[in-house]
Amino acid sequence: MKNSMTFIALMFFSLHPAFAALPKDTCITCHSVLEGDLAKPTKQFEGDVHHQAGLSCADCHGGDPNDESMDAMSHAKGFRGAPKKNQTPDFCARCHSDAAYMRRFNPKLRVDQLSQYLTSVHGKRLKQGDSKVAACVDCHGVHNTLPASDTRSTVHPAKVAATCAHCHSDPVYMKAYGIPTDQAARYQRSVHAEMLAQGDTSSPTCSTCHGNHGATPPGVTSVASVCGNCHVFFAQLFEKSPHQVAFAKLGLPGCVQCHSNHEIIRPTDAWVGSAPQSVCITCHAPGDKGYTAAQAMSADLANLNSSLARAEKVLDVAERAGMEVSGAKMELADANEALVKARVNVHTFDDSALRKLTDSGVEIAAKSYQAGVAALRERDFRRKGLGIALIAIVLAISGLYLKIRQMESRNNN
Amino acid sequence: METPDPTPRETVQPGRRWVNLLLGSGVAASIISFIYPAMRYIIPPPVAESASRFVVAAKVGELKNNSGKIFKFGSRPGLLVRLADGSYRAFSAVCTHLNCTVQYRSDLQEIWCACHNGLYDLEGRNVSGPPPRPLETFEVHIQGEDVVVTRTT
Amino acid sequence: MATLSRKILNWLDERFGAGSVEEFLRHKTVPVSRHIIWYYLGGMTLFLFIIQVLTGILLLLYYRPTPNDAFESVQYIMTQVRFGWLIRSVHSWSANLMIFTAFLHMFSVYFLKAYRKPRELTWISGILLLFILLGFGFSGYLLPWNTLAFFATKVGTEMAGSIPGIGKWFLVFLRGGEEVTGATLTRFFGFHVAVLPGLATLLLAIHLFLVQRLGMSVPPSVERAIAEGRTAQRSMPFFPNFLLRDMIGWYAALGALGGLAAIFPWELGTKADAFAAAPAGIRPEWYFLFMFQTLKYLPAKILFLEGELAGLLVFGVAAAVWVLVPFLDRRIGFGRMTRFFTGLGIFMIGYIVVLSALALR
Repeated sequence: MKNSMTFIALMFFSLHPAFAALPKDTCITCHSVLEGDLAKPTKQFEGDVHHQAGLSCADCHGGDPNDESMDAMSHAKGFRGAPKKNQTPDFCARCHSDAAYMRRFNPKLRVDQLSQYLTSVHGKRLKQGDSKVAACVDCHGVHNTLPASDTRSTVHPAKVAATCAHCHSDPVYMKAYGIPTDQAARYQRSVHAEMLAQGDTSSPTCSTCHGNHGATPPGVTSVASVCGNCHVFFAQLFEKSPHQVAFAKLGLPGCVQCHSNHEIIRPTDAWVGSAPQSVCITCHAPGDKGYTAAQAMSADLANLNSSLARAEKVLDVAERAGMEVSGAKMELADANEALVKARVNVHTFDDSALRKLTDSGVEIAAKSYQAGVAALRERDFRRKGLGIALIAIVLAISGLYLKIRQMESRNNN
Repeated sequence: METPDPTPRETVQPGRRWVNLLLGSGVAASIISFIYPAMRYIIPPPVAESASRFVVAAKVGELKNNSGKIFKFGSRPGLLVRLADGSYRAFSAVCTHLNCTVQYRSDLQEIWCACHNGLYDLEGRNVSGPPPRPLETFEVHIQGEDVVVTRTT
Repeated sequence: MATLSRKILNWLDERFGAGSVEEFLRHKTVPVSRHIIWYYLGGMTLFLFIIQVLTGILLLLYYRPTPNDAFESVQYIMTQVRFGWLIRSVHSWSANLMIFTAFLHMFSVYFLKAYRKPRELTWISGILLLFILLGFGFSGYLLPWNTLAFFATKVGTEMAGSIPGIGKWFLVFLRGGEEVTGATLTRFFGFHVAVLPGLATLLLAIHLFLVQRLGMSVPPSVERAIAEGRTAQRSMPFFPNFLLRDMIGWYAALGALGGLAAIFPWELGTKADAFAAAPAGIRPEWYFLFMFQTLKYLPAKILFLEGELAGLLVFGVAAAVWVLVPFLDRRIGFGRMTRFFTGLGIFMIGYIVVLSALALR
């Protein structure tokens, strides 16, 4: 009975347009006319990367795609069924850890995902029987998997944070683990998220710092190295600074202590110093060496900032008035560069290096300011030169006036 | 037109002469003070074009192969690079990260920014570090002895 | 010296018949009354117009009318060309001064009723000249291609677009397209240096010819006084008496222009960026302010008409009345004053002043 019904169904539904796209595959043929979850994979599979590569249901699940009877899913035909959660890594790794096999499809792809995964928190917990943690399909999807380079993929750099947040931002789901659930929200406020949203895929997301398959938080001693991968100069300077030893002794994470780990926002010059909004006073108190250094650095930065502002203002006024100040403006760019470098050198936490940079910047800014003032004086001077013409005009007017008087007094006499 | 004039002509003449002198010199001086600026105006200045569209960045032979030079382009710095094969490239020297001035590194054969270690390749593309966009590129032409850099936009 | 100039004039006379012109000028007189001060304004406007033509020609030697180059070329004139800053500032200030004196000239002619027969055509050509001067001001304002100019032009042409019927066509005609672009700049440049000067020359020729032919008008109050025998008819020869006085005025104007260029040099501003947001407080030049402010005050609807449309209609009617006032003010015969039109004139001046002041707040 079932066989004939299947046959009739086949006859009717072989006309279904979905069949035109997929190769003749009885798994798809039957499952597409079933209800609910049994039919779901067939609807999604069209765009799946495995399908695009020419693989069928049977290539992963086993069984016989040519058999129209239920025997297609028998043990004899090698049917593996749908794996349980704790079986999925091995299920996927059957192909994905086989370098020779993967080479046939995409030689560029790595084949160490499983070994990485087993070192991760997710992998370790899965081994211990925790079925709530992420395994392959939780992040990559199933039957609708897309390569990470596809912008629609759940593991495209721009989408990774949302994928992780799916579990990690759910307080109910994460209750048993006792870890915070605000990382994604904090990350969205960060400058890294902002740059990523603007399309700069070199900007980090969760997997950049935590790893993707081997996802583990870096840990206090190594987080600075992680940041230092991109922020090279800062890491180098920090390493030679007094904070390196001090932080290690106190067990404080390097960069994260002041810059946070997830909510990394744009720092301002106000962060340095002894004002209420500075980060230095978190640890330093009046009287200690660090406090003094912070104050000195803050003063230097403020000095350079104000010199720059003053010079920019006067040059702007001169330029809008039509004076030629392009040379001075170009010189001023060097002072701006000194400020940028000074901000990098804050991470020496030693005023001497900073002072050299800000002093040179202040000197350049002062020169540019003088050039701007000179341009304005030149403007005023040129204009005053018109006084000569005015004298001539006054002469002419008085001459005319007297001539008129003279002419008309003669005529009236 | 002349009405009978009771006063002797001699006392009127000197006054008339002074007024005529004053009038004449005033008008002449004023005309000169108008003509003079106009005359100087119509003579073109030494720099015949405004410097914002193109500029002579260097002389032919000034740069060795595999070296670079910063030049002034309007009010911003530009970078002229002579590659190892002798050809020229020109870019805006303003780093697209935080506006520091980039430089050519002959050891790396790439363009480097000293502020945060950003790197650009010889097409101006940002390849490493914080710069989010490539450098603005300019056209380079040789005109006689001059290496001329032109803004393309 | 005198014989030399005499010889030259005779030589020219044999060919041009210039002698009759000279004879005519000798006989040209200007009526003398307490109103004589207003008689200087026409010559002053003409003098400032000539200043505009001369400085404009000088600016033409260096200016480039394309969006890529316009701002830079004006910057070049201001910074590199010797005395370029002077020529440019004089051109900008003289434009404003000229329009101011043109308005004064128009209003003084209006109140002195100089438009009455036979001077109706002089009045009409004069009003048309005033419109042309406003066109000069509007088109010239865009040419430096800075932010202020760009957005003021945008607002101004937008207003033109709301004229009923021809509005859309007119807007596209002015802008050279739907939006203000480089095409607008090219067009405005063409208007400013070719079309408007051509029209102005034509109308000026008519205007000046009529003034010479019909002589100077005597104010009605003075005419009445003469008719009633209260005063004698006094007049002054144009050449050399009135002309010398004119020259004092012209020299004073030159001094004022120099002083203005020195103490209040005309700003360069920042280059226009079509895609930037309009800065706050964009408004047109002062001579358009009263219209601009009026349109701001109009409610969305008046009776059955859209507010802006109604405002433009009123302006249109006012302009028509102004042009045709010699024909409307018929009751001006010899010696009769019509208070209505005098009152209307006072109202117009008041309106313009008050609305302009409000726009500047």
